[in-house]
Amino acid sequence: MRLQTKLLFIAATVILAACTTPGRFGAGGNEAALGAASDPTSPAYFQQTIGDRVLFAVNESTLSEEAQAILREQAAWLLANPEYTAVIEGHADERGTREYNLALGARRANAVYEFLVAQGVSPDRLRTVSYGKERPLAICSNESCYAQNRRAVTVITLAGTS
Amino acid sequence: MKLFKALALALAALTLVATAQAQQRSGPLRIEITEGVIEPLPFAVPDFVAENPAAQEYARSVARVIASDLVGTGLFREIPSDAFISQITSFKNPVQFADWKAINAQALITGAVSLGSDGRLIVKFRVYDVFADAPLGEGLQFAGSAASWRRMAHKVADVVYSRITGEGPYFDSRIVFVAESGPKGARKKRLAVMDYDGANVQYLTDDNAIVLAPRFSPAGDKVLYTSYETGFPRIYVMDVATVKRRALDVPAEAMTFAPRFSPDGRTVVFSLTRGGNTDIYKTDIRGGPLVRLTSTPFIETAPSFSPDGSMIVFESDRSGSQQLYIMPVNGGEARRISFGPGRYGTPVWSPRGDLIAFTKQNKGRFHIGVMRTDGSEERLLTASFLDEGPTWSPNGRVIMFTRETQGSRGAPALYSVDITGRNLRRIPTDGPASDPSWSPILP
Repeated sequence: MRLQTKLLFIAATVILAACTTPGRFGAGGNEAALGAASDPTSPAYFQQTIGDRVLFAVNESTLSEEAQAILREQAAWLLANPEYTAVIEGHADERGTREYNLALGARRANAVYEFLVAQGVSPDRLRTVSYGKERPLAICSNESCYAQNRRAVTVITLAGTS
Repeated sequence: MKLFKALALALAALTLVATAQAQQRSGPLRIEITEGVIEPLPFAVPDFVAENPAAQEYARSVARVIASDLVGTGLFREIPSDAFISQITSFKNPVQFADWKAINAQALITGAVSLGSDGRLIVKFRVYDVFADAPLGEGLQFAGSAASWRRMAHKVADVVYSRITGEGPYFDSRIVFVAESGPKGARKKRLAVMDYDGANVQYLTDDNAIVLAPRFSPAGDKVLYTSYETGFPRIYVMDVATVKRRALDVPAEAMTFAPRFSPDGRTVVFSLTRGGNTDIYKTDIRGGPLVRLTSTPFIETAPSFSPDGSMIVFESDRSGSQQLYIMPVNGGEARRISFGPGRYGTPVWSPRGDLIAFTKQNKGRFHIGVMRTDGSEERLLTASFLDEGPTWSPNGRVIMFTRETQGSRGAPALYSVDITGRNLRRIPTDGPASDPSWSPILP
């Protein structure tokens, strides 16, 4: 029985890991090697422990208290790890027209950009891009998925690779 | 002769000859397209007569495409051939009107095809107003390469449609669109063109980069579109025949999208995003300075020229939600035209100039609609989970758009609808498809 439990536990971990695998839709292949999440200087730590994304309300680009808390930690990490740069990807849910969602995703990415810069991160280390509704993370058609898709993701890249 | 001249202009590539014995007559046969319910007009189009054995394979195909075009409008009903009393075995022999009256064929289309040893196909046809015992307009003929047989069939159907409805033609036209594949979370997209009815698909790009919202030039020879091929959305212009493309001359650090040609094809109007703020700009297609047309902290996008080139309709959320506005072509004060409940986006000016088509979101549903240019007489033509991105047929009678189904297996497809809201049809495509843009009538 103990072995079975252990196997179940492993299976659960694998599934969880799969769930947190972020989508990568940037210039392609430029994102830094993740490293180990236990290493605070690794992009994996940034992505999984701090959290690489913040979420937005419908049609909004305002940063919630929760989002601001995550972004303060993102900024601190970026300041502590100057060898990295970042691309901020803005996204929208599918409940909007294509062009408007591109512009909305840009607003969201820019909100994160401005917050990180205000925290002292050099603008030279940050780029923004919008994917509009082109790259949903969750693909169901209800609010539980839409909420995950209205996001801005800070993708860590090694300086000089992007 | 007016009809002949107009067609000759439109047919630089194909040779068009009016037959000698043509009789000028405008019969009572007419579909008036109004708001009321239309009883489709019954017509017969027997297989065309093959005037030499080599043309045999086109004799039936040409007639079938003509029938499909006419039936596809929702304005015509085809009488099946097994109901025919007399057969058309010669293009020259007189038509037995009584036989066609007996099966209530109000319009009869007869024709002949011949294939020359040089590979040129000649398609001749006549339209008859059966109950007037008379031809409807002149007999005509088209000549072109055998490979363009479908285009010639569309030209015939366009003439028939125009003579009977009084509307401009639209069958001999193409659609540029985005062909999609792959799962919803990682869609692959490529540009493609096809005939208006879904035939003859050609791919213009590979699927390595996201491509969005292609738009035909007024001459139908170029396409503007947005691509992520550098990892960043930028506007490109492609020559359809050679598939050569180049980036529009805009600042590389700014995100640019939602391009559209001016009616003279010289200017591109588009959205440019800087510092998170999206405004509308224009520039010469060959390059040169950017002219900024809007300057607000709000989202301004989806610009579309009026057909006379004097105005631009666009969407803005300056009022707090997406709404439609019209401004002069050089910028300046914009007038809001949408005032109904919900949000309005992706406005497109009709080629006739009288209507603006748009996407509307209201109470969780998406609609394609039309309104007059002053915002009056708003009419919603469709409703679904997600309808968006209207494009006009060359004659301003039909709108094509994207309809996406719901859920994790949801996918987009192309649909068309008449501006009366009737005749909703799915356009056949090999796979999921989105963002259609209708060409003008082909040259």
